[in-house]
Amino acid sequence: MKPPRFDYYDPHSLDEALALLARYGPEAKVLAGGQSLMPLLNMRLVAPAALVDLNRLPDLAYVRVTPAGLALGALARQRQVERAEAVVQGWPLLAAALRYVGYPQIRTRGTVGGSLAHADPAAELPAVMLALEARLVLSSQRGRRTLPAAAFFLAPLTTALAPDELLCEVQLPPLPPRTGHSFQEVSRVWGAFALVGAAALVTLDDAGRCQQARLALTGVGPVPQRASAVEAALAGEPLDAERLRQAAALVEQDLNPESDVHASAAYRRHLARVLAQRTLQAAWRRAQEAQKA
Amino acid sequence: MNPQQQRVVSVIVNGREYTGTVPTRKTLADFLRQDLRLTGTHVGCEHGVCGACTVLLDGQPVRACLLLAVQAHGARLETVEGLAAADGTLHPLQQAFQQCHALQCGFCTPGLLMTLKAFLQENPAPTAEEVREAIAGHLCRCTGYLHIIAAALQAAAQLRGERA
Amino acid sequence: MSHRYIGASVVRREDPRLLTGRGRFVDDLELPGMLHMAVCRSPYAHARLRAVHLEAARQSEGVVAAWSYADIADISRPFPMFLSHPALKAKMYEALARDVVRYAGEPVAVVAAQDRYLAEDALQRIVVDYEPLPAVASLAQALAPGAPCVHPDVPDNVAAHFAQSVGDVAQAFAGADYVHELELRMQRGCGHPIETRAAVAQYDPFEETLTLWATIQAPHRMRRALAALLDLPPQRVRVIAPDVGGGFGPKAQLHPEYVLVALLALRLRRPVKYTEDRLEHFLATSQEREQLHRVQVAFNRDGTLVGLRDTMYIDVGAYTPAGVITPLITQTTIPGTYRLPHLHLETYVTFSNRVPMTVVRGAGRSQAVFVMNRVVDHVARTLNLDPAEVRLRNFIPREAFPYDVGLLYRDGKPMIYDSGDYTACLHKALEIFDYPAMRREQEAARRQGRYVGLGMATFVEGGGLGPYEGAVVRVEPGSGRVVVHSGAGTQGQGHETVLAQIAAEVLDVDLAQVEVRTGDTAGLAHGMGTFGSRVAVLGGNAVYVAAQQVRAKALRLAASLLQVPPEEVGWENGRAFVKREPARGYHLGELAHVADIGMGFGMAAPHPEWEPALEATHYFKAERATYASGVHLVAVEVDVETGQVRVLRYVVVDDCGRVLNPLLMRGQVLGGVCQGISEVLYEELVYDEEGQLLTGTFMDYHLPTAMEMPAVEVDHVETPSPLNPLGSKGAGESGTIPAQAALVSAIEDALAPLGVRLYEFPLGPRRLWELIQQARSA
Ligand SMILES: Cc1cc2nc3c(=O)[nH]c(=O)nc-3n(C[C@H](O)[C@H](O)[C@H](O)COP(=O)(O)OP(=O)(O)OC[C@H]3O[C@@H](n4cnc5c(N)ncnc54)[C@H](O)[C@@H]3O)c2cc1C
Ligand code: FES
Ligand code: FES
Repeated sequence: MKPPRFDYYDPHSLDEALALLARYGPEAKVLAGGQSLMPLLNMRLVAPAALVDLNRLPDLAYVRVTPAGLALGALARQRQVERAEAVVQGWPLLAAALRYVGYPQIRTRGTVGGSLAHADPAAELPAVMLALEARLVLSSQRGRRTLPAAAFFLAPLTTALAPDELLCEVQLPPLPPRTGHSFQEVSRVWGAFALVGAAALVTLDDAGRCQQARLALTGVGPVPQRASAVEAALAGEPLDAERLRQAAALVEQDLNPESDVHASAAYRRHLARVLAQRTLQAAWRRAQEAQKA
Repeated sequence: MNPQQQRVVSVIVNGREYTGTVPTRKTLADFLRQDLRLTGTHVGCEHGVCGACTVLLDGQPVRACLLLAVQAHGARLETVEGLAAADGTLHPLQQAFQQCHALQCGFCTPGLLMTLKAFLQENPAPTAEEVREAIAGHLCRCTGYLHIIAAALQAAAQLRGERA
Repeated sequence: MSHRYIGASVVRREDPRLLTGRGRFVDDLELPGMLHMAVCRSPYAHARLRAVHLEAARQSEGVVAAWSYADIADISRPFPMFLSHPALKAKMYEALARDVVRYAGEPVAVVAAQDRYLAEDALQRIVVDYEPLPAVASLAQALAPGAPCVHPDVPDNVAAHFAQSVGDVAQAFAGADYVHELELRMQRGCGHPIETRAAVAQYDPFEETLTLWATIQAPHRMRRALAALLDLPPQRVRVIAPDVGGGFGPKAQLHPEYVLVALLALRLRRPVKYTEDRLEHFLATSQEREQLHRVQVAFNRDGTLVGLRDTMYIDVGAYTPAGVITPLITQTTIPGTYRLPHLHLETYVTFSNRVPMTVVRGAGRSQAVFVMNRVVDHVARTLNLDPAEVRLRNFIPREAFPYDVGLLYRDGKPMIYDSGDYTACLHKALEIFDYPAMRREQEAARRQGRYVGLGMATFVEGGGLGPYEGAVVRVEPGSGRVVVHSGAGTQGQGHETVLAQIAAEVLDVDLAQVEVRTGDTAGLAHGMGTFGSRVAVLGGNAVYVAAQQVRAKALRLAASLLQVPPEEVGWENGRAFVKREPARGYHLGELAHVADIGMGFGMAAPHPEWEPALEATHYFKAERATYASGVHLVAVEVDVETGQVRVLRYVVVDDCGRVLNPLLMRGQVLGGVCQGISEVLYEELVYDEEGQLLTGTFMDYHLPTAMEMPAVEVDHVETPSPLNPLGSKGAGESGTIPAQAALVSAIEDALAPLGVRLYEFPLGPRRLWELIQQARSA
């Protein structure tokens, strides 16, 4: 388990990095936190001709509140994001979900951008980004483009990133007031990837009805998924435990999970419903608290 | 020397400066163990799960098997070899590990000590549950963890100046 | 006597070096000119080797040698077996596969290069031409009619078939109120020490000696095998097990890589290191656990067991490096703590195309304990009796010891339980648990719709296995330091401390005065190793007796020096003195000096009884195995929606005879419990139909973390073994052995309202959920 040979570059400017990516194209791999790429290299499951290490790029490790919401730079570490006061206050769903990503030692290095670019079908953050309706900024020598998270994840370990593109920034719009959140997952042991995970946001209107519910799941298909049938069934409705339960049951409509060594398709579908119900319930409770406050 | 495949790396480990020429593909764990002969940092899985290779990079615990040595250039590292005082007095964590029988084969121990050192600095008065979560990134096959948790709590108390 | 150490919770003397990064693990060793070995392994579970092309690998940067079977054919031969058995069709591998590979991961070629990076580069340049053959990927497949054969001369894939009987089973069954049949299964699992296997070999042409440093549990056995396989006289082979980062069974086995690394060193005349990586550990380090049992149990209305028939199927994988040790242990561990006057135990051992099965912590005992305890729970549930009550009704009573089970154990000797008090153990555990209160809590939880269950398992662990273990106790002239050499290596059990405790107490010296060296064939001529919970029993007693011999010798010497009869010599603080005149006396160091240089030289003339060298070697022989016992009691809550299990309470009461160091004992138990729980809830070794391992990384094969480990309450009952002077029994595995059974018992109890019955492990959330669904739809 030793990495194969590669040409190592640690560019000191974004332009330099983009030029390297343009030059090597699919032969290059971007190295961010390395918490997914290094295991693959150690196992020799990937053998890029060049490694473009982002870690010496200045000023990409930011977590910044902007008028448009929250902006995370490509090198914002998971641990840093999880503990940033702005995140805990304004986007607590993200902080809550990060606790389930590996272990503190992994998150110290691992980046939010890296997790999204890696696009593991059982990863927590891609689903969270769907729920938060994140916008992802992609850069290359050819220019910059911004994609909604929903258009970013294409297949397992495959995203809309072109070989010469970098994921430069993740933008999160602010959440409406009276919003409650919940992230829950079932995994085999603490810190492992989720078998199934669910991220829920419930926003109440003045009258305590559901103004909007968002539910995104991981581990239930090739890419993370929003549960639109569930969301539609709740929008504008008064909430109680029974209604949440009924709505959660609709989650199975949107899913077509696969079986693997860890879980059968039937079990995954079932877990999706259980977690949908539990997260919606918890998010609703938090939203009620927010409303009282 | 092809600078893309071979680099000079300087690091400060436990307060001492080291410089070496390494292949760029060499991991930090191998660099510490093989080039600097600091073999207290162990390697158990090389894919980030077991935690045996955990060292402190600029004060934060990281997996040395998932970092390239070149990436540590210019950084300040701490390994288990630097934990005891210069006169050999064991760090309260080391003392507590011995008192509580928190190690058996001792292979996982150096990584755990480094994680706990950083953790207790951030959280000097943790609960048992917090300790559990802090060390969840370390596999120990011998102890069943309970004595490690006890040792961490005992060391925390001692570091806070309470009598254990 | 002023130094009392036996039975004291002494902290460990090995700790300071391990805590400061000064441990000496094999991979830490760096020798000048050392090469690094990497192994090319078969990707197929079963294939014919048509050709192995090494040219490109030999050209690869930094490569010094690349070998396939052809390069070692002159010396290669099947490995010797440690223990054979008349019923076994033994099959052993060679260092490299000759013409057929029989498991995915079997070594096909080997490379030695300047470093491991370059060695792995070279591996990628090796081209092997395989002709894939149909594979046997599971126990069921091995037994299926028309199954492919793993070895052509074993057409039914049955490596061994043997049986034992006690009493008259047919008659017992005819007279019983009930006869029920159950089928129970367990899946494969592995040991996974955090330190993988590693070895460094060096040949010294000056000394004509081959030295192997290896992370192993049995250095003397390794030496014997290496000497035999490499045509070297054993005294020219030295094997050293320095600090070993966990063993758990597989490190007691002779794997091909050790021979390869030694052979490379011998032929290249350069030191060679091999450090297995975790992926290799998954593929190529031996495993254990998979079994299938078909049980018929006869019992009466009052819950008494009358007789039992068990047909057991156990898969050993592609070869038989551990013979039928595990099958034999399982077979004979079935009756456990229960009186079973009529027994018939039949065992089929099968081959499959998977890495060999040897032993993992517990070594076949967990499965037997699982079978028997599931049977007892089944009886309790059938009769609507309390499971604790059924156990108490069937225990072998305290008065019945020594108790002859009527079987032959794996050491070939009659299985006679030396001592025990199973009723006392269970009562103590029930009391600590506060069983009635826990049952009331369970009722309350059930009324709230929570699925809480209580479970238990009792066990007997035949440990302290023979034939022997040795020790040398030597006093250094002058300094009086006591050096102890033990044949048994240590993998974290604390032998350096425990053996020192024994020697220090016997010689009545300060612990700091004793130094213990283990795991070096140069320290002691013969030895067996650390497995089967044997060190505290055999190694400990060897030290005990040797130290007593040293003390007796010192007393004799002192008496002649002091010119008083031996009865008038006292012994305290490592000093012999005249009882009536305590000021007149000699310290151990002085006595060792006299024993070294003789008497004379200005002192009294050499006494006719003078004996040279203040040291003693003792090989302690195991009369029979010792039988530790105990009970685990567990409370769990099951989330029936997700299939996840949470352990609420865990109580252990065990009886491992006299406890030498309670602190270390507790450590052993906790680690064992953790592993047992894990085998039920987390670890799952899954192979596909082609014999490919699907859970071959720690991302897919899950070991528990601190977040999963429940609190555990540990207590003891002590019935000292009459078979050895220390009264000790083996303890290294008692934490693991009943854990699977106790946990599954509790899970089944939690799910009893749903009618779920559990006769298998592992029970990860998916499987448990499936079983819950099945029960609900039934
Ligand atoms: C023990 C362990 C446990 C883990 N557990 C979990 C878990 O439970 N859940 C989970 O989601 N993850 C888990 N991970 C993975 C972890 O979250 C990674 O940090 C993350 O998946 C990748 O982020 P990174 O910054 O480390 O990226 P890297 O490993 O550096 O890169 C990953 C991939 O993304 C590409 N990439 C990275 N950054 C960019 C960028 N800015 N632009 C374009 N491409 C880029 C790389 O080229 C590479 O292909 C675990 C990892 C380990 C080692
Ligand atoms: S060796 Fe680095 S985490 Fe296991
Ligand atoms: S003490 Fe052996 S792995 Fe932790």
